[in-house]
Amino acid sequence: MPEGRQPILELQGITKSFGGVEALRGVDFALSAGEIHGLVGENGAGKSTLMKIIAGVHSEFSGRFLIDGKQTHFRSARDAHAAGIAMVHQELSVAPDLTVAENVFLGNQPTNRLGLVQWRRMAREAGEQLARFGIDVDPMSRLGDLPIGLQQLIEIARVLFSGARIVILDEPTSALSPPEVERLFSTLRRLREQGTGIVFISHFIEDILLVSDTVTVFRNGRKVAETAAAATSKGALIEAMIGRGGEALEHSYTDDLMLPRPSDSAVVLKVDQLSLARSLKDISFEARAGEVLGVYGFMGCGQQELSRILFGKLKPDGGTLAVEGKPKTFASTAAARRAGVALVPESRRAMLFHQEPVYKNVSISILDRISALLLKPARERDIARRQVEQLQIRPPVVGLDLGMLSGGNQQKVALAKWLTFPPKLLVLCEPTRGMDVGAKNDVINIVRDLRAKGLAIIVLSTEPETVLSLADRILVLKRGTVVREFRNEPVSKDRLLQAA
Amino acid sequence: MASSETALAAGQRARGIAPFLRSQMRNIAPFLTLIFLSAFFALASPSFATLDNLGNILTQVSVTGIIAVGLTFVILCAEIDLSIASIANVTGIAVAYFTLQESYVNIPNIPLPGAAAILMAILLCALLGLVNALGLTVIGIPSFIMTLAMMQIAAGISALLVRGQIAYKVPGVITTLGSGSIGGIPWIVIVAAIMLLGGHLVLTYTRFGRYVYMVGGNREAAEYSGLNVKLILGAVMVISAVCSGIGGMLGVAHFGSAQQNEFDTYLLDSIAAVVVGGTSLFGGRGGIGNTIVGLFVLGVLNNGLDHVNIDSFLKILIRGLILLAALVINVYAQRLREKAAE
Repeated sequence: MPEGRQPILELQGITKSFGGVEALRGVDFALSAGEIHGLVGENGAGKSTLMKIIAGVHSEFSGRFLIDGKQTHFRSARDAHAAGIAMVHQELSVAPDLTVAENVFLGNQPTNRLGLVQWRRMAREAGEQLARFGIDVDPMSRLGDLPIGLQQLIEIARVLFSGARIVILDEPTSALSPPEVERLFSTLRRLREQGTGIVFISHFIEDILLVSDTVTVFRNGRKVAETAAAATSKGALIEAMIGRGGEALEHSYTDDLMLPRPSDSAVVLKVDQLSLARSLKDISFEARAGEVLGVYGFMGCGQQELSRILFGKLKPDGGTLAVEGKPKTFASTAAARRAGVALVPESRRAMLFHQEPVYKNVSISILDRISALLLKPARERDIARRQVEQLQIRPPVVGLDLGMLSGGNQQKVALAKWLTFPPKLLVLCEPTRGMDVGAKNDVINIVRDLRAKGLAIIVLSTEPETVLSLADRILVLKRGTVVREFRNEPVSKDRLLQAA
Repeated sequence: MASSETALAAGQRARGIAPFLRSQMRNIAPFLTLIFLSAFFALASPSFATLDNLGNILTQVSVTGIIAVGLTFVILCAEIDLSIASIANVTGIAVAYFTLQESYVNIPNIPLPGAAAILMAILLCALLGLVNALGLTVIGIPSFIMTLAMMQIAAGISALLVRGQIAYKVPGVITTLGSGSIGGIPWIVIVAAIMLLGGHLVLTYTRFGRYVYMVGGNREAAEYSGLNVKLILGAVMVISAVCSGIGGMLGVAHFGSAQQNEFDTYLLDSIAAVVVGGTSLFGGRGGIGNTIVGLFVLGVLNNGLDHVNIDSFLKILIRGLILLAALVINVYAQRLREKAAE
């Protein structure tokens, strides 16, 4: 916090627990007007919980909560909103079937005296607001038709321009391409000039250092450090986050990395001339046993569609798929699973059952392997316990409802679903998105283990680091076609970005 | 590790009794309603709380109970089946259509041996359920609309079969199960109990039952887990139609006649029983236990209103209000649970 300013928001001794597990223990936090405050910490360290308390999502907690020096208690997100606090949540929350303009003005459309929506005015103003953000889209187009990155930018724009005095951004950059991130940052700086207080949560420590004035580090529900961004470094922050020597943990991948010689093991998946409407054109490649194939490209390059075709969720318009030499046309995801294909999609919400216990989430994909007709709950729990132990899922309670786990631990559960009876081909979409360094390393190690066991693995990501940290061979996808393959040659973040 | 697990699970429970009760409101509220209604009618009328009357209530809810078994599966999947009453009706008529009627019944029917008649009737309701299933899963018609069409189709087949006439005879075994009794207990109550128990066992202890809950809980996640969601949805539509058909056959025997529009009130009653019992309209929560409580709430209400001196036209309004209250609780219970899970 810059010297001499009165904080607009102050929290003292905040403690919050879920089901007997303490998520926050006596945390102090302060934000002043015109400050960008970065928050870092591993998954489950308590960042999101603290922010949800500020945004009125969690109304039960102990500790003091002051706004402009006055003690306050929000009973709902609506109360927080009325007090000028707005939050962009980690998971996209937009209305895909409404227009861009309606999304920008969600909840406060301009109306005339009769209470009718002024469409033309709304479209014009939405267009102007988005243009200030460097987004050039037709305000009357359907939001759901735009790429995910753009949707996320529009959601952020809505919150930033809502007139809130305190804006909380939870992992806003995970789905954005580098130029989009740059645009977001310049907007944040402009808002800072105008006196808005901004909290910025990210796992991208470079981003945090670039844009924040102050950085606070969380570990295990406690605040372990608060420092001026100018006075710290990435290594120091990582060390504070995980509490062990951090320097070597996160590779920056700016230097060349040598890809290994292509493997000549058995071809597990052969894709030939695959096409899908406007998304994919003539995609051909092979995935081999014991090899990790990386597929890199910007948001909207067709990765998502490709992964859905491999798992039988989308049907291609043309081209063929063959698993272990046998041609396949998957009628359903069940058919793909039976053929030995597994998919972990990028969204946890699409993959997990939040109101069910962890063990039911782990066992759902393998129930037909462990029970013919009757369920065997004891066996399910055993299997889940083994996975929870191997993947170090916290807390290690298989009977806990999944919704009580932190985001990163949920992501591990999504992976655990497929690991008891490993598939022949494992397709991972954004396997480390939104994860902290420690969890990322866990996932990298798990994937390497699986590769050693002879699985063919395809990793699709929009983050160059993810692909570089995992892949033996890399395809670069651009507007639905493969534009470059890296194999047996040096590769780096720069080279990847250039190819895309 | 095991001990830390118990400690944490205990911690989850020990958050205080109030949040626990809130998360269980779906199950508690219908039960309290039942106790309240029973106590009220017992005090208001000396003839209500008797063993004889309990038998009456059980008999009165049996046909609804048989139909509600299948409907519970459908609603757990977050779908709906509006064709249950029509399918019950057409199946009841079909089993009579394939039975030799008395000479004064003027229906050009096709008499078959009893077993064949029952088989034909079951095939018919399964076929209609299959049409529902295909419409929902292959063509992609929302179940609300698909089964609305099926409601008309089944009513149309009924009309064609009986042509405004009334048939009376059904195969002997159906007559026994529908209107006979053993040791003082009506067979129809036993059949309903067995089917409810069977439905509960399937939902709780089989793989298919788990799939039903998971598909209802998060359909997208079920699909990304490699479940054949369409097959499961199709299966529940067929199960619903077959349960309705069985209810229809026994109902016809119970009433002693098969005619058009005989089951019309069973549509609302069955949906009410499932929802009043606390099974979530959003899918994934509830079960046969809830349905049984819901059946008793409806049964006690319908029966009790006959025992107290009340305007018979007011009964309909009261039933409507109770249903509304149950729906409000259903939606609130969902919200409270989501809050508790945060």
